[in-house]
Amino acid sequence: MRSPLDLAGARPGPAFTVTLDGREIEALPGQTVAAALWAAGVTSWRTTRGAGRPRGVFCGIGVCFDCLVTVNDRPGRRACLVPLQPGDAIRTQEGTGHDD
Amino acid sequence: MSQPLTCDVVVVGAGTVGAACALYASRAGLDVVVVDRGSVAGGTTGAGEGNLLVSDKEPGPELDLALLSNRLWAELAQEFGRSVEYEAKGGVVVAASTGSLTVLEQFAAEQRAAGVVAEHVAGDALYALEPRLAPGLPGAVHYPQDAQVMPALAAAHLVRASGARLFTGRTVTDVLRTTDGTVRGVRTDRGDIHAPALVNAAGTWGAGLAALAGTSLPVLPRRGFVLVTEPLPRMVHHKVYAADYVADVASDSAALQTSPVVEGTAAGPILIGASRERVGFDRSFSLPALRALAAGATRLFPFLSEVRAIRSYAGFRPYMPDHLPAIGPDPRVPGLFHACGHEGAGIGLATGTGHLIAQTLTAKTPGLDLAPFRPDRFPEEAV
Amino acid sequence: MTDRPHLAVIGAGPAGLAATVAAATHGARVTLLDSAGQAGGQFYRQPAAELRAHRPQALHHDWRTWERLRDALEAHVGAGAARHLTDHHVWFVERHPDGFTVHALHGPEQADPVAVHADAVLLATGGYEKVLPFPGWTLPGVITAGGAQAMLKGTLAVSGRTAVVAGTGPLLLPVATGLAAAGVEVAALVESAGPKAFVRRTRALAAQPRKVAEGARYAAQLLRHRVRTLAAHTVVEAHGTGRLEAVTVAALDSEGRPGPGTERRIPCDTLAVGHGMLPHTDLAETLGCHLDGLTVHVDDEQRTDVPGVWAAGETTGIGGAALALAEGHIAGRSAAARLGGGAPDPREWVAALKTRTRLREFAAALDSVYAPPAHWTEQVTDDTVVCRCEEVTGSAIREAVAELGAGDVRTVKLLTRAGMGWCQGRMCELAVAGLAGCELTTSRRPFARPVPLGVLARQHTHPTEGGLS
Repeated sequence: MRSPLDLAGARPGPAFTVTLDGREIEALPGQTVAAALWAAGVTSWRTTRGAGRPRGVFCGIGVCFDCLVTVNDRPGRRACLVPLQPGDAIRTQEGTGHDD
Repeated sequence: MSQPLTCDVVVVGAGTVGAACALYASRAGLDVVVVDRGSVAGGTTGAGEGNLLVSDKEPGPELDLALLSNRLWAELAQEFGRSVEYEAKGGVVVAASTGSLTVLEQFAAEQRAAGVVAEHVAGDALYALEPRLAPGLPGAVHYPQDAQVMPALAAAHLVRASGARLFTGRTVTDVLRTTDGTVRGVRTDRGDIHAPALVNAAGTWGAGLAALAGTSLPVLPRRGFVLVTEPLPRMVHHKVYAADYVADVASDSAALQTSPVVEGTAAGPILIGASRERVGFDRSFSLPALRALAAGATRLFPFLSEVRAIRSYAGFRPYMPDHLPAIGPDPRVPGLFHACGHEGAGIGLATGTGHLIAQTLTAKTPGLDLAPFRPDRFPEEAV
Repeated sequence: MTDRPHLAVIGAGPAGLAATVAAATHGARVTLLDSAGQAGGQFYRQPAAELRAHRPQALHHDWRTWERLRDALEAHVGAGAARHLTDHHVWFVERHPDGFTVHALHGPEQADPVAVHADAVLLATGGYEKVLPFPGWTLPGVITAGGAQAMLKGTLAVSGRTAVVAGTGPLLLPVATGLAAAGVEVAALVESAGPKAFVRRTRALAAQPRKVAEGARYAAQLLRHRVRTLAAHTVVEAHGTGRLEAVTVAALDSEGRPGPGTERRIPCDTLAVGHGMLPHTDLAETLGCHLDGLTVHVDDEQRTDVPGVWAAGETTGIGGAALALAEGHIAGRSAAARLGGGAPDPREWVAALKTRTRLREFAAALDSVYAPPAHWTEQVTDDTVVCRCEEVTGSAIREAVAELGAGDVRTVKLLTRAGMGWCQGRMCELAVAGLAGCELTTSRRPFARPVPLGVLARQHTHPTEGGLS
């Protein structure tokens, strides 16, 4: 089955490891947090501060702020904009993402 | 042409002061109509922070009104509390230097004599109240009576609870008077409303309504900006402001005055004020003013440096030359009552104002001496 | 080069690129600021360089136009006539008596302040997706049509295996074909416009032969990928626990209401939905530019009514990439001439003028074809979240209108918090206006991006720090 990487003839450098809530996942150079999480089959990485509902990507271009996630202890990062580096620690964000 | 409406009193202005007037007048047995050319909370109320403060007022008529109002707000909170986000959070006024602490403590002593609860706090006690304050502050005064409310919700719920007929999007174009000059109602762009009493709760636009009634009220706009942050858990527990805020309020300068005011909200964002400048009704955003607000706030609370502002809005406080509102009957126009000009304290003083207006409307002796708030206390402007 | 007048162009999509190239070619010095790592905007979004895509054109059409623009920009940068500041997120444009300061945030945290001083600014800030709420639209797996395309084009990512593309508008076609080409099974393209809507506008649409050919190409691609098109249909609900599992679609009757008994359930893990586009106008509004409804008003030279401010592309009216290119070119030519002290001669860009006229007409025709279903508000239940950021439901908004006297979007916002969250109403204010039964007027957003308070504070004490001229 074709993949987007095939379609675009992409030959990125070697994959590297990042963590999601402590669990190791793979990321490719050039992938944003959102892209790597999608590739790992994860479509939500935060819960809303009112009703605790799951959210992930919505607008994909940094306008809707639904995809907020904590990266390297900094909460409120837009996953669709943040490029990943080896060893980055991604954490599911609950509510505002700041510890009470 | 539609049949004119009739009622006992027309309140012009559906902001917090107008809403409070409607509520108390209704509960005193009057049939009330509220009119606003915009929406509920469309004026200064929609730009307010919802301060219910006694801490920033020096002894005198405004402080007396504030003490009365805070008591009334606490009563209303029993009825409305959650729906208007009422929080009896208390205020902490911080001094940046030992010199200003001395001045602050002297001020607090005078307020105490007038009935305000004010406690000196310093060292561990101060940082127990507000752990995230900048270190090394010499001290502060804690005012447990200060409270907060969400202004637009307050206006909307008070109006609804009053049972008054509410007409938004309706502009008053004239004040109708009998041949001897007594008020008999208003003309709007959608019909007349007949009433023997008219309450000017038009806030920053109160001068215009006074003029339609053939009289004058020197209300001028005093622009302020508020910075709103991203939603946060509770990190600032009181209304916290710097001691020089009081001087800013009392200043007559038209130039930009800023003094940090920081508070959390029930919904999450932190609100940061306060700026004052007299620039007419200029709504454009002034980056220098916003920067000054940010600088003041981050000096008080260093953690705010990393916090993002997601919004800012402007509002126009109704400013009177002697910094006191106009409350009560206008001797120049029988049937006309004023309830405007509260500068930055309108939300807090709304309940006291509404209560006093209801008393004067029903010919009861007002609970406070209204002489300092007389609308005709200013020399007549040359036309 | 520094004696040339300095033009700051904000946005490196088709309009901004065309403007930069035109202005630099004709005597201006240009600083192009853009929030992405590479030029292209949304339409020409490129895969991140580290992905080393050797065939990025497979994700685009009209690749040659992009190559020409990209090469022209590079040439101007090489010659020192233009400077391209990537990863610069512009949050405010400040106006002075003698010019402008463009304030941006740079760096991975968007926390490093940068200020660019220029004699004039050209706003090419583009647009973003309009999505009308429906039950279940907040489930993970429900994304905007443009978002699906952006994730695919920019990071070669898709969110699942089976997609439904839905809503209304010309964007749905390339999204459906793009996802299909990338290996996603596109179970259906659900377009609420029906054949009648197209027929009513046949003359206007047929007057654009290039566009007709484009439409035919998409139709052929959809056929090839076996994507079923359901015209005059709409998604009435998205289903799933924790993430999307299926959607229910229904046929729309002649009034634009879902017909009872026409519902069918389509299993999918991705729903790419969009109902058109909205322009980004925050920077323009804060500068005091007049807006016509939701778009920035410009004259024939693409000048706003604020001296020194030009605007081009979606921000002046949604109309697609080709229109943006024409408008950007005209704006760049006009700015270069005016800044050089001369009056421009429109005969020098007569081709762009013709294109602009033609494509504006076409866009107007498309607008009437692709209007959302007339009664979409009836699909919003009491429990449907309308403001995604603050989780404000349909019932809260309706109560604010019916019981608390809210008659406009701002008052609904004050009373319910709808529009007060992170996105500041960009996603929901159109829906709030619809539910409140009032006109949408834009809200004023002085901060086009969130700004760290420390950045604002530092600029209070160090106003010229980080400044570039």
